[in-house]
Amino acid sequence: MKLLRLLWLYFRLGILSEMEYRINFIIQLGQSLLSLGAAGANLAIVFSHTSSLNGWDPPALTVLLGIFFMMGGVIGFVIEPSLQRLMEDIREGTLDFVLMKPEDSQLLVSVRQVRIWKLFDIGLGGAVIVTGLLWSGEGVSAVNFSVFALTILAGTVIVYSFWMLLATLTFWFVKLENILVIFQFVYQAGRWPVTLYPAWLRIALTVIVPVAFATTVPAQAITGGLETEMLAGAILFAVFLFGVARMFWKIGVKRYSGASS
Amino acid sequence: MRGLFDLYLAQFRTTIAVQLQYRAALIIWLIETILEPLIYMIVWSTVAQAGEGSVADYAPRDFAAYYILFMLVNHITFTWIMFEFEWRVRQGYLSGLLLRPVHPIHRDIAENMTYKALTLTVMLPTALALTWLFDPAFHFTRRTISLFVVSVALAFLMRFLLEWTLALSAFWTTRTSAINQMYYVVMMFLSGEIAPLALLPGPMQQVAHLLPFRWMLGFPVEIGLNRLTAVEIQHGILIQIGWIVLATGLLRFFWKRGLRRYSAVGA
Repeated sequence: MKLLRLLWLYFRLGILSEMEYRINFIIQLGQSLLSLGAAGANLAIVFSHTSSLNGWDPPALTVLLGIFFMMGGVIGFVIEPSLQRLMEDIREGTLDFVLMKPEDSQLLVSVRQVRIWKLFDIGLGGAVIVTGLLWSGEGVSAVNFSVFALTILAGTVIVYSFWMLLATLTFWFVKLENILVIFQFVYQAGRWPVTLYPAWLRIALTVIVPVAFATTVPAQAITGGLETEMLAGAILFAVFLFGVARMFWKIGVKRYSGASS
Repeated sequence: MRGLFDLYLAQFRTTIAVQLQYRAALIIWLIETILEPLIYMIVWSTVAQAGEGSVADYAPRDFAAYYILFMLVNHITFTWIMFEFEWRVRQGYLSGLLLRPVHPIHRDIAENMTYKALTLTVMLPTALALTWLFDPAFHFTRRTISLFVVSVALAFLMRFLLEWTLALSAFWTTRTSAINQMYYVVMMFLSGEIAPLALLPGPMQQVAHLLPFRWMLGFPVEIGLNRLTAVEIQHGILIQIGWIVLATGLLRFFWKRGLRRYSAVGA
């Protein structure tokens, strides 16, 4: 729960600094609505030519779009800004200030920077998920909902660990400024079910850049189309990747020599 | 003219030296250029297979051809000036460029062309690999290839001038990211990016005809696919030239006024 306490602290700090630029509220909300509207219109054009995309009907793809947006919001809310700052700090040697604090250093660098406007994306994504579910007209059973919650949790951990691994590479390779955008680019593929893609791309999106776990898998879970093996796989992969990221971080910090030495 | 040629040559050399320093970054940016059209290709091919085997006269192999060409045209014509210019104005870096005896746009064009020449060494093999993977239905003739080359060159110039003009908005506002987003959303729909224009609802196609986006991207691609009549091609090329003339006028107009504002900020 230390995670939530720290996150809340940095969230309040984020609000304080953003309150200086209040007009941003309108502009950011406008930008979120615009990209959501564009994605929706895109779906509408596709479905004006077909009624089902490889077994996914419009409501199911709406749910997927909502999850895509929500996850994108979570990433942009805390993961991306914090890890970007981490990479800067490693490059500049200012990570010392974090390592001196009496909290777990990995936890601290992961929640240190909050972009509050991304909460719009999280909220809008949630609303789109609900809309898709209502549209499909089929209720969500308690089982499906808990599986959904589990897959969202696993997906978040997987995505976080992947970003953490990339960011930690800065300890060895200082010139990696652009590496974080790899995920942002590849994430776009998650707007569509990965089951659509040819095998080589599907595997790449599951194992190499794990977008599938963040979007397709939770969408299958809540619409009831997820196999038990896939759920187990998602959880195991989350635990595994988190362990690797944790280990990697520890090795990296040991290597880090700071600004003064 | 001779001076300008030397200038471009010098810029080619510097840009190559700079870009080769960041080989990894070079490849990373290409991921997006390749992945986006690939996704739409797969989505539309799936739609075509689910229906009667084709959508609006596009079978899966036609979508493959469309999006492979689209990827190349988009790569050749894209610019990043709207993002860079904002930074230049905010940081005052523009001042240094103004000291040079030629218009800064020449530096940008030369830099852009060099980057493209470098990255085409990755893009062309990628296009070949995708050709091998997706078996696209190309119907090249000598005539369409030469017209394709002409229209891509015009598209490059047109897009460069228009986006350079739009980038000048940084003189008046610091919120260029909102403007850029709107620009790219409209482009997404009306350039032929999310779908060949023939698949869009009728009114959207008409709007696309009036706006510049289609002429920067979808039009050269459709020429390359041999889908346009000779008259349509003639019209389109004239429209491209018209946009180039208009964009040049706008650019001069706003550049002059923008510069006045820039110096007013104290830089």
